Amino acid sequence: MTILEDRPSNPAAGDHDRPVGHGRMQRKEDPRFVRGKGHYVDDIVLPGMLHGAILRAPVAHARLVSIDTTEALAHPKVLAVITGSDLQALGLAWAPTLSMDVQAVLVTDKVRFQGQEVAFVVAEDRYAARDALELIQVEYDVLPPVVDARKAMDPGAPVIRDDLEGRTDNHIFDWEAGNKAETDAVFASADVVVTQEIVYPRVHPAPMETCGAVADFDPIDGRLTLYETTQAPHAHRTLFAMVSGIPEHKIRVVSPDIGGGFGNKVGIYPGYILAVVGSIVTGKPVKWVEDRSENLMSTSFARDYIMQGEIAATKDGKILALRTSVLADHGAFNATAQPTKYPAGFFHIFTGSYDLAAAHCTVTGVYTNKAPGGVAYACSFRVTEAVYLVERMVDILARKLEMDPAELRLKNFIKKEQFPYANKTGWEYDSGDYEPTMRLSMKMAGYDELRREQKEKRERGELMGIGISFFTETVGAGPRKDMDILGLGMADGAELRIHPTGKAVVRISVQSQGQGHETTFAQIVAEEIGIPPEDIDVVHGDTDQTPFGLGTYGSRSTPVSGAAVALVARKVREKARFIAAAMLETRPEDLEWEKGRWFVKGDPSVGKTIAEIAMGAHGTVALPEGIDGNLDAEVTYDPPNLTFPFGAYICVVDVDPGTGHVKVRRFIAVDDCGTRINPMIIEGQIHGGLTDGVGMALMEFIEFDQEGNCLGGSFMDYLIPTAMEVPDWETGFTVTPSPHHPIGAKGIGESATVGSPPAVVNAVVDALAPFGVVHMDMPCTPARVWEAMQGRTRPPV
Amino acid sequence: MQIPAPFDYVRASSVDNALALLDRHGAESRVVAGGHSLLPMMKLRLARPDWLIDINDLFELDYLLVDKDVLRIGAMTRHTTLLESDDIKRLFPIITDAERVIADPIVRNRGTIGGSLCQADPAEDLSTVCHVLEAMAVVRGPAGERMLSMADFHRGPYETAVAQNELLIEVRIPIRTGSSSAYEKVERRVGDWAVAAAGASVSLDSAGTISRVAVGLTAVGLDRNVTEVEAVLVGQAPTEELFTEAGRLASLACDPLADQRGPIDYKRHLADELTRRVVRAACRRAAASVSEITI
Ligand SMILES: Cc1cc2nc3c(=O)[nH]c(=O)nc-3n(C[C@H](O)[C@H](O)[C@H](O)COP(=O)(O)OP(=O)(O)OC[C@H]3O[C@@H](n4cnc5c(N)ncnc54)[C@H](O)[C@@H]3O)c2cc1C
Repeated sequence: MTILEDRPSNPAAGDHDRPVGHGRMQRKEDPRFVRGKGHYVDDIVLPGMLHGAILRAPVAHARLVSIDTTEALAHPKVLAVITGSDLQALGLAWAPTLSMDVQAVLVTDKVRFQGQEVAFVVAEDRYAARDALELIQVEYDVLPPVVDARKAMDPGAPVIRDDLEGRTDNHIFDWEAGNKAETDAVFASADVVVTQEIVYPRVHPAPMETCGAVADFDPIDGRLTLYETTQAPHAHRTLFAMVSGIPEHKIRVVSPDIGGGFGNKVGIYPGYILAVVGSIVTGKPVKWVEDRSENLMSTSFARDYIMQGEIAATKDGKILALRTSVLADHGAFNATAQPTKYPAGFFHIFTGSYDLAAAHCTVTGVYTNKAPGGVAYACSFRVTEAVYLVERMVDILARKLEMDPAELRLKNFIKKEQFPYANKTGWEYDSGDYEPTMRLSMKMAGYDELRREQKEKRERGELMGIGISFFTETVGAGPRKDMDILGLGMADGAELRIHPTGKAVVRISVQSQGQGHETTFAQIVAEEIGIPPEDIDVVHGDTDQTPFGLGTYGSRSTPVSGAAVALVARKVREKARFIAAAMLETRPEDLEWEKGRWFVKGDPSVGKTIAEIAMGAHGTVALPEGIDGNLDAEVTYDPPNLTFPFGAYICVVDVDPGTGHVKVRRFIAVDDCGTRINPMIIEGQIHGGLTDGVGMALMEFIEFDQEGNCLGGSFMDYLIPTAMEVPDWETGFTVTPSPHHPIGAKGIGESATVGSPPAVVNAVVDALAPFGVVHMDMPCTPARVWEAMQGRTRPPV
Repeated sequence: MQIPAPFDYVRASSVDNALALLDRHGAESRVVAGGHSLLPMMKLRLARPDWLIDINDLFELDYLLVDKDVLRIGAMTRHTTLLESDDIKRLFPIITDAERVIADPIVRNRGTIGGSLCQADPAEDLSTVCHVLEAMAVVRGPAGERMLSMADFHRGPYETAVAQNELLIEVRIPIRTGSSSAYEKVERRVGDWAVAAAGASVSLDSAGTISRVAVGLTAVGLDRNVTEVEAVLVGQAPTEELFTEAGRLASLACDPLADQRGPIDYKRHLADELTRRVVRAACRRAAASVSEITI
């Protein structure tokens, strides 16, 4: 057997492939993944385990007239059939969402979206459970649906949420940021104002692993073990305790290996709750794993923002102000996951990377007969929508002013000396130095040469486009004074133990869905205390094993948990100093640190390594007053601010003038995420995010027909990109550390997903300039591109 | 995991055995070849056969051979085999063109020409290809073998002349000198079914005049060749004007539906654009094979 240590060093990994600390190294988790030895929820098999399946509504809006489960119950392998009225009797028919709304676990009164959960069958095997669904007879009284968000507030629109006391319309919230009067004044006197409706269509995170759970309720001691596909095991446990009445100390949530999350696995889905109910009812463990269509049709979607954008500038290209009003389609239940104070997430970062005189935005959320969700798909709490809006608007302005879009951006960037920068909607950008990043991307692209090539091609009737996007991300939520989810502050804990032999275990509250935490977090500890990452075990994803914290989403693991881990390692290092001093019979202040070891100032040969100190701590060394006999520590980190990674992306496309087919020829991505812990993992995150971005720009779209039928319910209809649609990524970087993060790191998980769609769309629109196209909405499928060429662009909703 | 309705399964050991099994298990039995059309439909419970008769052990139907002036392709020949064949590249580049854009390598490694033709999906590429190449289908049943033209074999969307108790055994394609062919498809993503596609096969005489032409369209509501094009092109020397006319006729002949892949006018436009492209490419290739002609 080859073990990790036997792997040949990879020359492509660079000089530092076995770093004691930050640097390029292969991922510790990969040997198990590449060998197919990952352990996912669906791999869990418990003795006596039963299987659940969900009956889903075939229509988008209908009153439930009756359910007859007799035949299903008569199936020889069926143990239970649970309906909404059964749950009602238990007080579990409705569950709170992460946005202070409620969501039906099973339909009691009315179906509100196609694919909604109607009944739950528990059977001896998966096949029987699925077969029995066909034996349940349901009668529906079909109602007219609200499909188009623009019509949700029409006076005669059907009221979707008549379950809510006093509800007479489909309005959820109005929210605003910035100063309206100030912004209107700037607009009124500006030389140039351009406006554009920009739609970010509904898309889906579509992780490779669908959602699922195995619930194991022990009726003797009342203990619930819940294996779940979750990005936030601790938050889920607390919510389960609050909803189910099972005390929190009797609940253990385990999130084993997770096959991709992208926000899809933040929320609590009815299926998880039903698995728990199934286990309580039958007294046996119950597994429920959804299929692909269930995942696409019923779990958390992303985006669905209709944005009216306006940008004001002087005629020589000084951008003055931005204004937007957004109509947000939240589906049938308001189940987006975001800090409580911000119903539109961090959308108000829509001022982007530019120094503006004023900005104002309003967001109105409405209910429609579509699946609930909203914040998902690597969006950094709606920064994706914000960046798309501003980066499209800047391009449209450039066209209007007949300025080069790179030039226009360079002219308007927030300057290095303005950081920390307070924008007009209440953010304080921690650090930035945008121009060198932009210039590097242009140099890598050969920007001027590309423009020359484009000019020549245009003369020959060929369609080539160059698209730029410069984004500022807003990640690492967040300071507890401002940010909580259902009252839980967005902090994260970390515990570090150095074993007597100098090996270590670090326990963290965030859970990896592919981000490489087992490597990155080991490297953070390694950097601080100087033992190799191979000697540091990272434990995560099990509430019984790890300290409390809010989980992995919004690119918060490194900014929040990474900070916690660095600080806990520093705490251990400080403690080691005292123990080393005792061992060396000197004073702590006479010791000096070099990576891995404390030594006597002026006499480097006399010192103690971390391993020696650990053994000392657990051994018989007489410890100083107040120092207990271990080399362990714990912290909970409350970030003082968010971090603001940024980047410059350039995309080159060729469009077939005869068919409208778009080929992404090149993509240059220069990212600045502050201190780089493991550049290989960073690049991997960027490659994945760029691929996501190309997917959204060119093909991804959850479409509905007039009746509210979901037309994106399988991978035949919901297209996601493959290696064939994407070019060889050309990545570069600059480093502008975060001033408030212990190691200066900013987070990289979502930068590329946030930053790349506008680059691709800007490139497509640029290619279509000879046809007078100023804007087209995603997805830029061949048909939609061709329609744009005919002067018939149309919104995707 | 998507779960099909209950079914029974049996592996056939020979063509005769498969036919006997189809007979024995009756109306609700189906053969499974590559399974890449049938299994997805079963998982979505759109197809629910009681019996699956697996014909993947029928290696005797997995062959490709040039037999005098006919290319014979066994029904169990996989897409990948067709894609990688040098004989095909030389004789019928339209097949190579089409195979390159049929699904993805995983599907192509399993999916068969027999399954493709018997599925007769309106967006299926090899049916168009076989129409254009004037292929013959060899079908065997309890009463013996019959040979059908594509026009007789292919009855419309999801419908063929193959009866429940019959098997498609072989596809025969006539080899003609001075001929070549081409296929082009527009898809939203690699591996996606066609938004629209077109195929053409052309024979040139020694003077470089078009002596025979066939044009077919995929996914635009036409289950036959665009015969209108033949009438106009045959006897003419290939020119851009002629290709344009072919495109125009194709766009008139088709009858597409609007769907998520695109509106009707776009699909008509593609029928035009792609027809022009494939007729042009087929003429160029044919001319190159008759080396003295250049166009
Ligand atoms: C993701 C994906 C993408 C695809 N994209 C394309 C594409 O772009 N273009 C395209 O053309 N196709 C595409 N296909 C279909 C693919 O080519 C299938 O393999 C093919 O359509 C069916 O071949 P099969 O051998 O898998 O048939 P099966 O699925 O095994 O059978 C299909 C039908 O034919 C019957 N059948 C099979 N063999 C015989 C026989 N010898 N005699 C009588 N009846 C028989 C079966 O009973 C069944 O009804 C795609 C498939 C998938 C899964």
